[in-house]
Amino acid sequence: MRDSRAAQETRRAREFEAFVAGAGGRLLHAATLLTAESPADNPRARHLLTLALARTYACWDRLRGEDPYNRAREQLAIRFAHGAWHEYVWRLYDALPLGRARALGRVLPLGRGPAQGRPTGRPRRRPAAVGVLACLTPQERLVLVLRLYEGVAEEQAAALLGLPADRVRALCDRATTNLLRPPRAQPPAARRAKAAAS
Amino acid sequence: MNRAEREAAVRRVMERTPPPVPAELHPDVVRRGSRMVRRRRIARRLAWLLLCAATVAFVVWAVRVQPWVEPPSTTTPPLTNW
Repeated sequence: MRDSRAAQETRRAREFEAFVAGAGGRLLHAATLLTAESPADNPRARHLLTLALARTYACWDRLRGEDPYNRAREQLAIRFAHGAWHEYVWRLYDALPLGRARALGRVLPLGRGPAQGRPTGRPRRRPAAVGVLACLTPQERLVLVLRLYEGVAEEQAAALLGLPADRVRALCDRATTNLLRPPRAQPPAARRAKAAAS
Repeated sequence: MNRAEREAAVRRVMERTPPPVPAELHPDVVRRGSRMVRRRRIARRLAWLLLCAATVAFVVWAVRVQPWVEPPSTTTPPLTNW
């Protein structure tokens, strides 16, 4: 009894390790696109991916033939969608004409420097948006990554995000247009990145 | 540029620079995942324990109090020698 359980544990560990080795790179790329971080420095994407894969590990025995990659991708998307309101708050914060608050916002990430040393812990500093999708909103990024990078069908993506399929198509079209032809006025994300760099 | 071309261009933009996978990803995931499994197992055991304790307490109470028996009347005196 105990031997069979130990054998099952080792088999499960081996299977999961193979899964992470195979799918980790692509999922990390998707997560980095979602968080709009640079590929070299992506603590938020790593944290997101670690949590999504840990949840996949926890329900590994209950998958019953379902694709674990699909499950991990769903977890990643849901977790990102739930955490995206932070970024909208930052955008609102940047849009408000508060000189003092903006100065504080510029100082704050530098003051919280120690979080940079922990790649897997919860990143406390304000994210630097420098990735290729940095000019899009989080929802547009999510739809774009699911539809075009991962190739999820429109209806599936809509069901996953709780949106109508038409809305997903409209978001995808708008994101595509914005990405290929950036609007003339500079989006707040680009301004923020420039402010942080100077 | 039609729709398919635009989508292909966006795909190319997105697939440009894949980030390097950190070596500590798998141990980290296994650590967090097994902690999650352990917590779930403990929570399930606690829930079962609570359910069993509640069942036992209910049975003991029911056997002692016997709420289905009609309580003796307090207004009519008992009828004897009739």
